Amino acid sequence: MSLCADIHAQFKLSYDGFALDVDLQLPSQGVTALFGPSGSGKSTLLRCIAGLERAEGKLSVKGEIWQDEQIFIPTHQRPIGYVFQDANLFPHMSVKANLNYGFKRQPHRHDGFSLDKIIDLLGIGHLLDRKPDRLSGGEKQRVAIARALAVNPRLLLMDEPLAALDLARKREILPFLEKLHEELEMPVIYVTHAPNEVARLADHVVMLNQGRLQSFGTLNETFANVELPEQASDAGSVIIEARITEIQPEWHLARASFDGGDIWLRDLNFTPGQTVRFQVMARDVSLALTADHNSSIANVLQAEVDQISDGDHPGIALVRLKIGDNFILSRLTQRSLHTLGVTEGDPVWAQIKSTAIVE
Amino acid sequence: MFSDGNWAAILLTVKLASIVTLLLLLVSTPIAWWLAHTRSRLKSFFEALVALPIVLPPSVLGFYLLLAMGPQGFVGQITQALGIGTLPFTFAGLVVASVFYSLPFVVQPIQLAFENIGENYLEAAATLRASPLDRFFSVAMPLALPGFLTGSILGFAHTVGEFGVVLMVGGNIPGVSRVVSVQIYDYVEALEYGQAHSLAITMLIFSFLILLLLYTFNPNRRKV
Repeated sequence: MSLCADIHAQFKLSYDGFALDVDLQLPSQGVTALFGPSGSGKSTLLRCIAGLERAEGKLSVKGEIWQDEQIFIPTHQRPIGYVFQDANLFPHMSVKANLNYGFKRQPHRHDGFSLDKIIDLLGIGHLLDRKPDRLSGGEKQRVAIARALAVNPRLLLMDEPLAALDLARKREILPFLEKLHEELEMPVIYVTHAPNEVARLADHVVMLNQGRLQSFGTLNETFANVELPEQASDAGSVIIEARITEIQPEWHLARASFDGGDIWLRDLNFTPGQTVRFQVMARDVSLALTADHNSSIANVLQAEVDQISDGDHPGIALVRLKIGDNFILSRLTQRSLHTLGVTEGDPVWAQIKSTAIVE
Repeated sequence: MFSDGNWAAILLTVKLASIVTLLLLLVSTPIAWWLAHTRSRLKSFFEALVALPIVLPPSVLGFYLLLAMGPQGFVGQITQALGIGTLPFTFAGLVVASVFYSLPFVVQPIQLAFENIGENYLEAAATLRASPLDRFFSVAMPLALPGFLTGSILGFAHTVGEFGVVLMVGGNIPGVSRVVSVQIYDYVEALEYGQAHSLAITMLIFSFLILLLLYTFNPNRRKV
């Protein structure tokens, strides 16, 4: 990707007790999660990108300037779709009229996907004649996503679309969001404070804290950032995206391949070619100097020691391993590390005791 | 039941109230929108100004309107320069005075309705490519409809019920300014209680029905 094809956002905003001060280059493809605790400024940043909030700064998207010292393109002229936390469906219109509202106002109606395709994608065909007050929370949010897509946006902004829903409703929507991710080549900026949503949906992660950028990287890099306090704890883990390349029905196992190696997963009715994300806990990864084929551990990967840091206890070390393009973390005792005698740059074998599919 | 004079008064009253209500909707909507959305420090000032006719004796309001529209007043100077003459003791003058007198009864419900809509739906409409004017007509107006209905009914009813301002600005000219309330006054002065009674009971029933309509069909209003 060339630089001008990216999203460049630089904003400064302060009101009582809160200040946003960020300068970001975001990729203009895939899902970028804006992640952080409440009050970190992630929603404010999203509103600035949409033009709903007016901060000092600059914003350019794929080479087009949306805001600078002279220019401020108003929200209704920005080619965005926006999904609000509480759906915000127009109560005086049916679902169909809500979808049509943006659809008939888009400037290039024939270039985008058809309403039928969007309705089909979100599974809301049976709801079209209903008024919003006759919809469940999950249905409302699906309609809201469809309505945002119906304007044929070049950038989709989602502000905690699942936060107002209970767990069952979240489970109902997540597959639709994943489908969206797979089927539409539209960049998405997704605000959330739920690590689980990040693990499932994000390709890139922007971590914000108190209005400032804390880290930015791919999903795998972000989880492998040993400076984040969560990673030094017992719950530290990474996410790896892989493709199913082989199924062994007799053993109920599936081979998932990624840059750097293959891993065997329990077969959850996968189909070959399917993309999966799995989580590897740092405490489930041990290290060996040789590939030990006498062990019961099936997943042994060749790796390189990338970084050694301290865990959350003086007796614990955290080792970041590079496997191809991906990182995994290993949590082991300082004594084991000393016995192995490895330092940064050394080749090692990573034994992965267990994995979990992200869902 | 009604004499010709009574019918003339009733027709004049309905005509006045209808024209005034239409004008009030046009005038009040932008005022209500501004009051609902402004962060200006002048908001309280203008809210108080709009509400003034609620507490002012109609004779005070009528007196100043009379002065303003008279030959020496600034409105009078303008109307004379335009070749319209002066407004007091004309139907047009009555309309202008009534618009001022009933303004708060139309502005306030509409303002309340706009405030209740909040920013959320308007922001959603903005992200769906609707320009500010488009947002106003496609989202704000339909959602504020109960407020518009309440405002129209109150504005109409209040104009029908006015007396002091009419007397001050319009006088008591048959077909021009002799509305029902003035007609009743005339009858009482002339001790024609029977005639006064037939008009008065009509007004009573009309006013009650209007309020009944308002409270039955407008849930927003009931909460206030």
